[in-house]
Amino acid sequence: MSVEVKTEQPTVITQSISNPKESKLKDFLSILMINKAAMVGGIIILFYIFIALFAPLLAPYSPYDIHLENKLMPPSADHWLGTDDKGRDILSRILYGSRLSMGVGFAAVLFGAFFGIIFGLVAGYYGKWVDSIIMRMMDIMLAFPGILLALAIIAALGPSLINVTIAVGAFSVPLFARIVRGSTLEVKRLEYIDAIRSLGANDLTIIFKHIFPNILSPIIVQGTLRLATAILSAAGLSFLGLGAQPPSPEWGTMLSIGRDFLFSAPYVALFPGLAISILVLGFNIFGDGLRDAFDPRMKK
Amino acid sequence: MLMFILRRILQIVPVIIGVTFVVFFIMQLVPGDPAVLLAGEGASKEAIEAVREQLGLNQPLYIQYFEYLMNVFKGDLGVSLKNSQPVLDEILVRLPITIELAFFSIIITVVLGMTAGIISAVKPYSLTDVSVMLVALLGISLPSFWLGLMLMYFFSVKLQILPVAGWDSLLHVILPAVTLGAGGAAIVARMTRSSMLEVIRQDYIRTARAKGLREHIIIYKHALRNALIPVITVVGLQFGALLGGTVLVESIFAINGLGRMIVDAIRTRDLPMVQGGVLFASLIFVVVNLFVDVFYRIFNKRIELN
Repeated sequence: MSVEVKTEQPTVITQSISNPKESKLKDFLSILMINKAAMVGGIIILFYIFIALFAPLLAPYSPYDIHLENKLMPPSADHWLGTDDKGRDILSRILYGSRLSMGVGFAAVLFGAFFGIIFGLVAGYYGKWVDSIIMRMMDIMLAFPGILLALAIIAALGPSLINVTIAVGAFSVPLFARIVRGSTLEVKRLEYIDAIRSLGANDLTIIFKHIFPNILSPIIVQGTLRLATAILSAAGLSFLGLGAQPPSPEWGTMLSIGRDFLFSAPYVALFPGLAISILVLGFNIFGDGLRDAFDPRMKK
Repeated sequence: MLMFILRRILQIVPVIIGVTFVVFFIMQLVPGDPAVLLAGEGASKEAIEAVREQLGLNQPLYIQYFEYLMNVFKGDLGVSLKNSQPVLDEILVRLPITIELAFFSIIITVVLGMTAGIISAVKPYSLTDVSVMLVALLGISLPSFWLGLMLMYFFSVKLQILPVAGWDSLLHVILPAVTLGAGGAAIVARMTRSSMLEVIRQDYIRTARAKGLREHIIIYKHALRNALIPVITVVGLQFGALLGGTVLVESIFAINGLGRMIVDAIRTRDLPMVQGGVLFASLIFVVVNLFVDVFYRIFNKRIELN
């Protein structure tokens, strides 16, 4: 009886192996480019960042100089968006105000993300009682409706833009913590984490060097969408007189002034509100686009 | 079901205690001596000491918290620094107005949101769908305090068909309720659309179509019922945003509800009033969430049984 032995030529892999991180980024960018809405959102955000950076060059007048002889002037060639009750140029105030309103939004989200990420990573990684305690704390924070937690914090600390940043940031913490915890639970079960642990890596290295970089996508999506909410909340609190104080050109404060002249000069309230709405719209559509780009199911 | 409800009620107890804990400790962040603040400006040393003794402010913090918790459970939320009236009495006067506003707003959120979502989902990617979703995106992005002012300008100042402010008749309700409900309606519209689209792709909908059922029966009887489940959760979550939103809307339209009470109390540094108002609104939110969970369960069960 003869046995036929088949000998196969070993296949040589000629295909080049691309860097997985690079291809992931390419995938992400290509999906983002296809998503026209996300592109529009991105352009709006970039436009506002440009305005904030170059406000002193772009603004035709000082945002603070009072010219009572020009008060409540409707939009004209001299004052494109009109003037407020103190004769200040509304366009210049909106341009300068972008620094404050966006600055508060970014700072609040960074504050919320920082603590939320730490709580989420620790809860997800250590599990058991650590997870239970942290996540019950987060549940309690989520039990406060809307901006009421922020109101309580401002009541205690006093009205100011910095306190608004802390207050708005504080109610973002549990949202980040939940998302980060969920993603950490998924990643920590993967084999490469076991491998790294068996090589003797300590918990801190595993959490911050190996888990954190792999859960960035949902954090970025959440961060972008939270920026929209943070800008709205901060402007709302300033509108109530609990954040930035006059004569600050913060958009919420400007709207609050506009309310007093709604009957005689509606443009004082119209333009700051439009400025907030367009920026928030930009963050919302960009956030939606990012979510689609990061979500593997959307690639099907 | 009864066991589920009981379990769910037991679960909210620690949350309620946690909320009282957070509210109590946030108020400890107040810079300076609370006894000085409570005794009022220019109070004598003896008066300050008397306040400290009377309110137990010389006790360790955990004992102060325990006493606060016991008082909350007895319905004692302290006394207003402004008019020396019990905080709970003031809350109970303001609460019906806020509940009324929230009720009308949630109706706008649900009716407007779901109708828009269904219209979009029935003809996905059509011009109607794109337009409705664009309006929804705008609805999410517009600040309620600006929308309120603009609605006030057009309907009250220009057209003069609705009252500017106040809370006396049903006409007064329209603008505040639309202002407060618009953002939620936009979110519900987006959720209804995506949920409907997911359900419409299911096999049983294809089967219903193959059987020759009319399109509106397929949409309203088969698809919508299943698509509603996630929408209920979103509506429940929206209630929290709505309660928070009353703070702004009540201030714009000069409505004497709970939200405006809290803002006024912050301005006058009436801390017991702020503490009581925030605590009360949060407790309402916790209880509403409980109802949403139970309702969701009942709704889900009925669908499973069918």
